[in-house]
Amino acid sequence: MSCWQTISDYGLRSIGIGERLLPKSDITLCEQIVLIGSGMIWNVYFGVFALALGFVFATLLALGKASHNKVANLPARAFVFLFRGSPLLIQFFCAYELFVLLPKVGIALDLGFVELNAETRWLTRAWLGALIVLFCNTSAYAAEIFYGALQSVPVGEVEAANAYGMRGRKRFLRIIWPTMLRLSWPAYTNEAIFMFHATSLVYFSGFPAWRQSGDALYYASYFADKTFNPFIPYPIVAAYFIALTFIVILLFGVVNRYLNRHLPKDKRQSMKLKINLMR
Amino acid sequence: MFEFCAEPKLLDGFRWLACYLTTAKHGAFYASFGTVLLLLAIAAPSALLFGFFGALSSRSHILPLRWFGRSYIAMVRGVPDIVFFLFVPIALDQLIELIRHKILCPDVLEPIWQGNDFIVCDIAKLPLGTDPQWIHEIYGFGLAVLGFAIVFGAFAGNVIAGAMRAVPKAQIETGSAYGMTNRQIFWRILLPQLWVYALPGLSNLWMILVKATPLLFLLGVEDIVYWARELGGSKTSAYTYAHPDWRVYYFLGLLVFYLLLTFLSEKIFARLMQRLSYGQATMAGKTAKVLS
Amino acid sequence: MKKLLITAVMTAVMAGPALADTIRMGTEGAYPPYNFIDDNGEVAGFERDLGDELCKRAGLDCVWVTNDWDSIIPNLVSGNYDTIIAGMSITAERDEVIDFTQDYIPPSPSFYAALSGASVDMNGGVIAAQTGTIHADHIAASGATLLEFATPDETIAAVRNGEADAVLADGEFLAPIVAESNGEMEIAGQIALGGGVGMGVRESDGALKDKMNKAIASMKSDGSLNKLIIQYFGDDAGTY
Repeated sequence: MSCWQTISDYGLRSIGIGERLLPKSDITLCEQIVLIGSGMIWNVYFGVFALALGFVFATLLALGKASHNKVANLPARAFVFLFRGSPLLIQFFCAYELFVLLPKVGIALDLGFVELNAETRWLTRAWLGALIVLFCNTSAYAAEIFYGALQSVPVGEVEAANAYGMRGRKRFLRIIWPTMLRLSWPAYTNEAIFMFHATSLVYFSGFPAWRQSGDALYYASYFADKTFNPFIPYPIVAAYFIALTFIVILLFGVVNRYLNRHLPKDKRQSMKLKINLMR
Repeated sequence: MFEFCAEPKLLDGFRWLACYLTTAKHGAFYASFGTVLLLLAIAAPSALLFGFFGALSSRSHILPLRWFGRSYIAMVRGVPDIVFFLFVPIALDQLIELIRHKILCPDVLEPIWQGNDFIVCDIAKLPLGTDPQWIHEIYGFGLAVLGFAIVFGAFAGNVIAGAMRAVPKAQIETGSAYGMTNRQIFWRILLPQLWVYALPGLSNLWMILVKATPLLFLLGVEDIVYWARELGGSKTSAYTYAHPDWRVYYFLGLLVFYLLLTFLSEKIFARLMQRLSYGQATMAGKTAKVLS
Repeated sequence: MKKLLITAVMTAVMAGPALADTIRMGTEGAYPPYNFIDDNGEVAGFERDLGDELCKRAGLDCVWVTNDWDSIIPNLVSGNYDTIIAGMSITAERDEVIDFTQDYIPPSPSFYAALSGASVDMNGGVIAAQTGTIHADHIAASGATLLEFATPDETIAAVRNGEADAVLADGEFLAPIVAESNGEMEIAGQIALGGGVGMGVRESDGALKDKMNKAIASMKSDGSLNKLIIQYFGDDAGTY
């Protein structure tokens, strides 16, 4: 079987398209690379959605943490403490065990244009359950980063906005938020890289694999199990993640340049200097 | 444990629970919390050491050494830590046995890889097949510690290399203006200040290390996650203490343990930071002076 | 090599407790009543009793080790222990990588267990199984949706909480669970899979395989193996 054939058979296997049965014997390098690559679709899915949704929630959490209002402050602090203070793996375990305890009911969601019948049993599937945990996790870490940046927004900028008569939402969206984002971007880039790496934990999270569709590590361990040689599949996973990391750094670098575009050249912050900030 | 535990099947309520929670198996579970703390106690300083040498070699004047140092401290940025954990300990184990095989039994000419089997002569095995189980367990734990030290050493290398860059250049130049050698500059100017600049990053790293300890069970060490899963699973009457699926309680227990551990660590690091920045030419140092 | 040969001959001649070889027995410790960790933290179950008896008859000194199911073969192959005695069915696929002794449990049917009263479509429903078992392979090859878990216990939990329509596993594992569920679960069907349960050894370890084969044969001929099977798996269990 040629490698092209393998790609068309297994390239989208992880999302249920292509051959139903996984290769069992005489496993080729091509099959390993293709199937693990197909599993990477899930890693990218988890990373992209958790980060995109978490970005919005983290901003709210950071504002809550910075707020003097107890009703906003305390829950935000507690949330950040819970998800930053415990290991992601334990969060996965707890979440899965709690989700399966929920009664199995369907909830009709009317989204205006389409009626969706959401089921609580979706929570026990990795695509939703694990995503929720990753979303909460990255929200907490990003909130801490944004909160720190919020604290270091120059007072002068806020005073200038006041002098122009800006208030409330307008002042936040036009002045404070862009500066907060600019200051926090290198650290946030780092968080994004970590988030993509953290998606590899989904395989060990207790959420079961359906129809042998799983993430990159699911297929890697499948091959390690079938070929009894861990030295090929795991380095393949590593190579995929290195490529993913480069793409993340590249994309976030573009945004960083955009956020710094109004500054004189010598004041722009480079991503390299702060690259050792960690979560 | 208690004398009323002799007939567990007849007990109920509080007494049953008291007996259940004091079985030898639960003893192993409680002891595994010690395993986790021991791992932290050994892995943290070794990671620091690895990181220190990684950072030093990334600044080396010798080109191959510099490349090695740079790629070592860069590796954690590209690859998730678990991917390393899944094959680094196996690779280390086979490497060590391979070297021992070459040294200890040079006259065995049979290939080491026979099909799927990895075969070294009996005396090259580590630990020896005849060794008692606890030596095997310590060896497995040692490999896990080494795996942690290598991966988190790379993290620490990042932090320390960053801190080395953060020490003001002017001070180093002043040092050489006074006629100090490179070695003197390193020991007298760079190193003492390094810790202040590195501490925020290192405290961060400690937190990451703490939160990575549940991965121990992936390395075959019988840690708290292993025992929580084993104890929490539903038990039929083949066991003395039958119960339904209780994993959720065990996992919530672990969650509380980790929250406590990170909470305490945060408090201690805040103290330490306050003490170390005293007298330093940083923002925190200035405020420390004013306050005292 | 010469030296090795001599020691091998010597142990064969003077096989006795004093000169016994230490054999590390690898098991999963999560598959009652085959093997499990009892409340004293020791490996227990059918295979513990069987393994100890086999070691006694073969004049070997045995140590018990547990290992997760998914990496149980790789760790045998790389020499972390010397045998797998973990309810492992003899299959052609596994036989390519490791060697099996003769079976010590005759081929017995695997059961589907489901919630009582539920109608299960064995070839179209959602069926749970442990990763890397013959059961998982069977479900994947049938039309059913395979739901994989790392440990046997999680597969049962999946049926209980409605994740899966049924679980497929060895009958001897499921029977006591169903019997003790107070009518919550029932056996929904059965199927013959695998070629009996045997002990796995490295392909290069012919001497150990021979010793174990001999010990198993002697337990079969004097009826002690049948007694052990009935003790653990009940009167209905298949015997030799």
